[in-house]
Amino acid sequence: MSIELKKKLDIALYVFLMLMGAVSILVTFGIVWVLLVDTIRFFTHPDGGGFPSSLIRFFTDKHWTPTFYNKQIGIWPLLNGTFLIAFISMVVAVPLGLVVAIYLSEYASWKTKEAVKPWIDFLEAVPTVVYGYFALLFVTPLLQKFFVYFGVEMEGMNALSPGIVIGIMILPYTASMIEDSFKGVPQYLREASYSLGASKLRTALFVVLPAAKSGVLSAYLLGFSRAIGETMVVAVAAGMYPQLTLNPLEPVQTITGYVVQVALGDLPFGSFEYLSIFAAGFALFAITLVLNSIAVYLKSKSLGY
Amino acid sequence: MVNPAKMLEERKEKMAAVSSTNNAKIEVKNFNFYYGDYHALKNINFPIYEKKVTAIIGPSGCGKTTLLRAFNRMHDLYPGARYEGEIVLYPDGLNLVDRRTDPLKVRMRIGMVFQKPNPFPKSIYENVAYGLKIRGISSKRLLDEAVEKALRGAALWDEVKDRLSANAYSLSGGQQQRLCIARAIAVEPEVLLFDEPTSALDPISTAKIEDLIVELKQRVTIVIVTHNMQQAARISDYTAFMYLGELVEFGQTEKIFTKPEKKLTEDYITGRFG
Repeated sequence: MSIELKKKLDIALYVFLMLMGAVSILVTFGIVWVLLVDTIRFFTHPDGGGFPSSLIRFFTDKHWTPTFYNKQIGIWPLLNGTFLIAFISMVVAVPLGLVVAIYLSEYASWKTKEAVKPWIDFLEAVPTVVYGYFALLFVTPLLQKFFVYFGVEMEGMNALSPGIVIGIMILPYTASMIEDSFKGVPQYLREASYSLGASKLRTALFVVLPAAKSGVLSAYLLGFSRAIGETMVVAVAAGMYPQLTLNPLEPVQTITGYVVQVALGDLPFGSFEYLSIFAAGFALFAITLVLNSIAVYLKSKSLGY
Repeated sequence: MVNPAKMLEERKEKMAAVSSTNNAKIEVKNFNFYYGDYHALKNINFPIYEKKVTAIIGPSGCGKTTLLRAFNRMHDLYPGARYEGEIVLYPDGLNLVDRRTDPLKVRMRIGMVFQKPNPFPKSIYENVAYGLKIRGISSKRLLDEAVEKALRGAALWDEVKDRLSANAYSLSGGQQQRLCIARAIAVEPEVLLFDEPTSALDPISTAKIEDLIVELKQRVTIVIVTHNMQQAARISDYTAFMYLGELVEFGQTEKIFTKPEKKLTEDYITGRFG
């Protein structure tokens, strides 16, 4: 093959790869564009009172009822549901993720690790709709029985059950990211700790964990933003009632749950009700963008050895 | 400023002042070590005398660091390590490498300073206090006292006393290594292991650490691995020469360096190989 031909092939390959890379970036911009355009259409729609009063109402109304006759468009009830469930999921995923990561990285022998890891990864391969029905048909009845024992009535649709299930769902993701950041902690720090007579647990908690803290924090943030964006589980098990409540036993609705509900309905394309999912979706996008940016920043900072 | 000639003079005086009694602090008896199937250390026998500096020298790969890390059971951290024979710690005659001996208990009594300075990414104070906290000391007053004593002992106090809460990584390499020594001596070990502690340092920092080692032997038994023969000659009382996993010769440093018994030792000392 002549050198000229090789050069041409090189250039062709370069252009091809660049185009492929550009496609993924373009798709991202396309999504943002669609979201943004329809969000603007929502806020300028006469049904909502037009701009800027609709934007003010978006942050001041106490109810989210764009599909009702009496339209209220306060985003807070949806954010309430979203964050309540994400918070519950973190209550599950934060300690469990840490325990699993510490076990895998500091305790497990290479052999046990090889045996255990596929099962943890398996959790990630389960379709989310399965998790949804697991929450609705298994976890909720179980919790109901548990709460009845204390004389507390729990609704069939509630925030607690999907919250717990999402926590289990994001566990492999969080745990493996924490484990990665533990792996980044140099072995000589562990040896220093052990040489002073420290146990494994002390070394893990007082040396490895602090040294990996920004990586751990970024793992939690990414897990949190996953929990916020989770759709199927909440659509199936959380209910369809956007309300301002901190009681995890009551039904709530998340942004993603609302988008599913409206998108599956038969609302006319381009109507105010239809456009409302883009406004809600845009809010979700903004939140996850901020969380992910913080996580990426923390991760870039994480290891300075 | 550091005056090397004066430092050497002072060091000689200190070394001469050390008592001449020889009690074995550690006795290595028929010791073998394996990494999986690989026979890394072969039938090692020699004593380590109390409150003396014993240097282990030899070419790269001779097993000197492997032997040192057997004393505090560091090999237990990795799979495939197997000890055979005895390394007995006196006065109680504990076999350090017995499977029934808890490595944590061994490391409570035998400290270590590593090749590369490895302070924790914590404050200077926290670094020194770490080992004390492991031993259950939590009183602020006791910790303060012990930290100061250890930092003075490591000749670092004057340089860091005004910034104990500063991160250890703000120190220079030589200071970091002295901090690691302070961390190790804070818990008052019976034996202190040094694994090529100056190989990552400049000559002035090296001189300070060497001085410190000579100073420390008044209180603690020291074993140092070094690939620097001049260093072994300068600071050690006894020298063990190892080659290919075997102990070739052990004796008083002066004798090893002037009248070695084995041809192999002489060849190594005179720089014919290694």
